[in-house]
Amino acid sequence: MADLTMRIWRGDQDGGELVDYEIESQEGEVVLDVIHRLQATQIPDLACRWNCKAGKCGSCSAEINGMPRLMCMTRMDQLPDGPITVTPMRAFPIIRDLVTDVSFNFEMAKRVPAFNPPPMPEGGYRMQQIDVERGQEFRKCIECFMCQNVCHVIRDHEENKANYAGPRFFIRYAELEMHPLDTNDRRELVREKMGLGLCNITKCCTEVCPEHIKITDNAIIPLKERAVDAHYDPVAWLGRKITRRTKRSAAEAAADRP
Amino acid sequence: MAVDDATITEVQLGGRRGGPDVATLRTDKWWKLPVTTVAVLSAFIVYATWAAFFGTSNFFYAAHNLLSPFYSPCLGNICKTQGVTTSPFLGWWQLSPALIILVFPLGFRMTCYYYRKAYYRSFWRSPVACAVQDAHSTYSGETRAPLILQNIHRYFFYFGLVFNVLLTIDAVQAFIWPGGGVHMSIGTLVLCLNASLLWLYSLSCHACRHLCGGQVRNFSKHPIRHKLWKFVTPLNAKHMQFAWMSLVVVAMTDVYVRLVASGTITDFKIF
Repeated sequence: MADLTMRIWRGDQDGGELVDYEIESQEGEVVLDVIHRLQATQIPDLACRWNCKAGKCGSCSAEINGMPRLMCMTRMDQLPDGPITVTPMRAFPIIRDLVTDVSFNFEMAKRVPAFNPPPMPEGGYRMQQIDVERGQEFRKCIECFMCQNVCHVIRDHEENKANYAGPRFFIRYAELEMHPLDTNDRRELVREKMGLGLCNITKCCTEVCPEHIKITDNAIIPLKERAVDAHYDPVAWLGRKITRRTKRSAAEAAADRP
Repeated sequence: MAVDDATITEVQLGGRRGGPDVATLRTDKWWKLPVTTVAVLSAFIVYATWAAFFGTSNFFYAAHNLLSPFYSPCLGNICKTQGVTTSPFLGWWQLSPALIILVFPLGFRMTCYYYRKAYYRSFWRSPVACAVQDAHSTYSGETRAPLILQNIHRYFFYFGLVFNVLLTIDAVQAFIWPGGGVHMSIGTLVLCLNASLLWLYSLSCHACRHLCGGQVRNFSKHPIRHKLWKFVTPLNAKHMQFAWMSLVVVAMTDVYVRLVASGTITDFKIF
């Protein structure tokens, strides 16, 4: 007997609506399992993106009862009683049903100036373990784009999309800025053109991250502090003027090299 | 690719979005946290305003050397009336010294990364909770005045350290009573707790973490800064807790000193 109501968004660029589907609950299921059972039994044309079913590919991002979550990692028995609402990610244009066009993120990825190491020394590059460990947290990102989706800077203000990298790419910028072999200085780029100042650190990106990356504390705030070093701090500015240093000179980068 | 050569491509990705046009589809009690934040911060603001403007008596209990943190360092003429050794500075100031002092802790907390999150969510509703629609139709974040001034947080951190030193001195002086000898009372412990929590709040600050070692690219080249960074990083993870605890305890310390100084309660002597 059907004891579960799934309220699913059906629609595309021409519009859509929430539609209720009744289905029998089964023990141990996650939301993605129920979506698949609905596809198999009632709505074969339901569009849904998925791949690994293990919380590692980042494909099945959606909004479950209004909160961005991975469908494959959201257990049905942990959701409250009543209809379960499943809608597509709100910040991106809809393609169909639960599938959105996340190209915005790929455009922002193209903007990141790539890792730029110095010429290879004799014997190859060497890094100490403590320097390697620092960036490991950021490499856990599975690119589910739920942090981008929940960020109100673009979720509620479409006009900011053109000039806002978003939390996923702030962790990429932070990783590169903390890399001892990288010689690029991205601080002004992030402040001026990637919208670092638009972030008001309300930490929603951290709350929804399925990999539990401390996006705000370990990436965005350190980037903001680096932007203060490079641009806002009057004492640092005076120090640079006196010593005639650029914001991060080639000599400084060379001195930092392992 | 060097940064200067970076090509900034135009992002043209508009289009209809999925989901119904409602402020949120969340079904949990997401409003509880912002309501609690508004209640606690508003209560503190009302109390601190009263204490600063009107609480110009009973902020010092001379018998046990207990000085309210809102009035430390005690500047201006008013301190003489309460028996505090007046600082030679600002002797001409006739109003409450708290009006001078509180600017710095207030600035430190107003620009603090944690409190920014708290009041942007609760008071400014931008957004009030995750996946709940922003209450404003336009948004410029911290890119313009006055919010661009949040970037001077580190300077308030420096001032905050000075006040921590002063409050620590107050706590130590509270062990030495005017009658002579070293004593301890509940009030002494309250002042010690207050100073300790303020130190923990300051040392767990994100600006402190950055200045200790977060700003370097290469930890292996800066072992002392790496050790400092490793020391403050676990504290930083508890910054929110220290922010709330220190806020409540600093107000409770002021209340305690006033109650003792006015004779409402007795400051129990331990030894």
